[in-house]
Amino acid sequence: MSELIAFQEPDRAVIQRRPAIIAVLADLLPEGCLITEERELVPFDTDAFVSYRRMPLAVVLPETTAQVAAVLKYCNDNAIPVIPRGAGTSLSGGAIPQEDAVVIGVSKMNRILEVDFPNRAAIVQAGVTNISISQAVDADGFFYAPDPSSQLACTIGGNIGMNSGGAHCLKYGVTTNNLMGVKMVMFDGSIVEIGGKALDAAGYDLLGLICGSEGQLGIVTEATVRLIAKPEGARPVLFGFESSVAAGACVTDIIGSGIIPVAIEFMDKPAIEICEAFAQAGYPMDVEALLIVEVEGSDAEMDAMLERIIEIARKHGVKTIKESQSATEAALIWKGRKSAFGATGRIADYICMDGTVPLGQLSHVLEKTSEIISRYGLRVANVFHAGDGNMHPLILFDANDPEESLKAEMAGNDILKLCVDAGGCLTGEHGVGIEKRDLMRHQYTDADLAQQMRVRAAFDPKWILNPSKVFPLDGRNGSQPGNQSALDAGKTAA
Amino acid sequence: MSATDIQYPETEQEVARLVTEAKASNLSIEVRGGGTRLGLGRPSQSASALSVAKLSGITNYDPSELVMAARAGTPLAEIEAALAANNQMLTFEPMDHRPLLGATGEPTIGGVFAANVSGPRRISAGAARDNLLGVRFVNGSGEIVKSGGRVMKNVTGLDLVKLMAGSWGTLGVMSEVTFKVLPRPETAVTIVVSGLNDAEAAEAMAAALAMSVEVSGAAHLPESVIHKFAGGSLKCGPATVLRLEGLEPSVEVRSERLLAEMGRRGTASVLEGQASQDLWREIRDVAPFADGTMKPVWKVSVAPSAGHQLVAALRLKTGVDAFYDWQGGLVWLRMEADPEADLVRQYIKVLGGGHATLVRADAATRASVPVFEPQPKPLEALARRIKDQFDPAGLLNPGRMTAGM
Repeated sequence: MSELIAFQEPDRAVIQRRPAIIAVLADLLPEGCLITEERELVPFDTDAFVSYRRMPLAVVLPETTAQVAAVLKYCNDNAIPVIPRGAGTSLSGGAIPQEDAVVIGVSKMNRILEVDFPNRAAIVQAGVTNISISQAVDADGFFYAPDPSSQLACTIGGNIGMNSGGAHCLKYGVTTNNLMGVKMVMFDGSIVEIGGKALDAAGYDLLGLICGSEGQLGIVTEATVRLIAKPEGARPVLFGFESSVAAGACVTDIIGSGIIPVAIEFMDKPAIEICEAFAQAGYPMDVEALLIVEVEGSDAEMDAMLERIIEIARKHGVKTIKESQSATEAALIWKGRKSAFGATGRIADYICMDGTVPLGQLSHVLEKTSEIISRYGLRVANVFHAGDGNMHPLILFDANDPEESLKAEMAGNDILKLCVDAGGCLTGEHGVGIEKRDLMRHQYTDADLAQQMRVRAAFDPKWILNPSKVFPLDGRNGSQPGNQSALDAGKTAA
Repeated sequence: MSATDIQYPETEQEVARLVTEAKASNLSIEVRGGGTRLGLGRPSQSASALSVAKLSGITNYDPSELVMAARAGTPLAEIEAALAANNQMLTFEPMDHRPLLGATGEPTIGGVFAANVSGPRRISAGAARDNLLGVRFVNGSGEIVKSGGRVMKNVTGLDLVKLMAGSWGTLGVMSEVTFKVLPRPETAVTIVVSGLNDAEAAEAMAAALAMSVEVSGAAHLPESVIHKFAGGSLKCGPATVLRLEGLEPSVEVRSERLLAEMGRRGTASVLEGQASQDLWREIRDVAPFADGTMKPVWKVSVAPSAGHQLVAALRLKTGVDAFYDWQGGLVWLRMEADPEADLVRQYIKVLGGGHATLVRADAATRASVPVFEPQPKPLEALARRIKDQFDPAGLLNPGRMTAGM
């Protein structure tokens, strides 16, 4: 299959040294932490961006921060690329390896180290799954707010790498707003601790910089995260509309009226059909667009908020309103929404876009998206976080048809450019990865990118950490290995 | 001393030109907004100053998008007035440093973000940095750079926005900022719990934050400072204050529940309307220590449960006057010790970590005592490398945060 996205040319010299590298890694790690057999490497050759695959040189699954440090130091000393990996659920190819790289997976570091209710914080290892934090504190009335759809599988380490969001970040913010501290291994194997249970660490906001850096600044092995008291109750309500435009306008009006629900999710007709067939969530089938609006609090509180929201929805000609009558019904409504990607995967191959647009542009972008899709002769299902303008068009295609695959990627690129042109950005919560790397110049000038790459080089002077991602492969001069100031920085640090 | 030669560029291009010229002649620049926080941080070591005060005006504001963009020198008052006209606000409640520092002038929105200034709502709405969505700035090489944008969710590339927040003008001259705004709460009330000592107050605040009542402010005002708040009307000993905000029916339900819980811990009463609003402004602006003197004032950030332990430990060594915000994790301190910095910072380490900032002191003290918490060696080295990548010649606010940087 022809590939639209290029990878860095693998370093043949590194590949030739594979046996020697494996021997060293085996020395650095306890038994059962090193994978080198091709058959066992296959599960690591891609992530959830499955159109691209590369076999890594080896995979290591360390059990401690010290082991991560030893491997990273060795790789840096020997200029071997390193791909950090959580659960491999990245939708942007953030965890896809390359032939000359060692994958460092954090999946064995999966313990919750401390739960501190008086300070509303939990300290967890990077391989802990997102949902297990909320599960661990649920009985005590707390939760961890960011809730990506992949939360059953995805790790907190991966969440930090991509600054993951979820349906409920309209109220609670994304990972960066709920992350209080990290323990991180630097390129040279040194271990730093940033932040903690106190707010706003001293000095430059390194924590904010690290969150969303896609594993290019270091490997996070532990995180201190914010716990929040669970709301007394939560009630998702379905609003069906006769057009996507009406639904979009309703979202803008709800937000503009001064009510901030916890979540406002949008689904168009294809998405409703796919999700309903999968989850039997009771979604109305006779509407063109659906909003799931969730409010939370006490009953009185939810009633008051819903009364106002319903009034606004009526102004926009809402066709059906369905309030969940029980916890089971509420769970079903969310099950339908959260299984959107999985359910779509059962009927077709798809790629999921992640552009964010200003709220006022929602309707315009939806309209243009369907124009682009029909131009390529493809189908699309739209299911996304409308409250914060984070769109997720799922472009459906047949991966066995090379031409259609290419068209899907090209349509995706056009949609992302559309988002940027509408005043938005390429990615709201999935990360740039390899997927959007070559579109970065559409959003940023060379000076913007050069500044980011210089900062990157201050953390990873040889560019060994996840090197093929985020920044276009060309034009890295000045920040790539060979740049004297970056190399000097490396020496000073060592 | 502050620089005397101040330039007032009116466009971003002019800022870029001035920085480029300064670089060519290797002259350092003091970067400032309204100048109300010049007394915070290490004293300027620059020959000339660049003020963004004339780089002013709101550039984009659509209330229904909950986002505003403004040039860095826009007075905070102008921003707040525009938001108020649409029943919106800056949710992070930035402190006004003028009363405490005895400063004059107009705080600017750029200054607020450059210093990452937040207020009591920090515990529920995040810091200034959490609300900053995009920046445009001129780096130390005179290049115009943008990062972030005007949407709520954005992980496109490295988040330089966070780095710019709280960098005190040492990484670039911010020319424009884009930030999140939120609807003003329909109503706000304060539950006052009287008679708790510092340790009991810490427990009460933790209990309140563990309830599903969405506390948006949690402060403890010990007996020694209580007369400085609310015109002396909070009489019955120390007061632990908890703020609830939102839709009226909702606040009503939540305050009943919180009152019931707090009533078991002390004498609980309710403060409403203007009285409640004024109280939180006084807490935000550190009213008890805004006494027209330059006596040193420390701002300490620790884990909420460690705040009162720190104060108790310090009291064994010296006279201490203190009050608490952020559920007890923010301690405003005045001491009689000398030297104070080592003592307070040593105890912070012992109590699990955090940081202390010398928010107010005379220039001589600020030149000799590290105003900001000294970083562990590897982090300081990293900070230096980052600074080099923005400002290789070290022209922008040299020494403002750290000596020699």
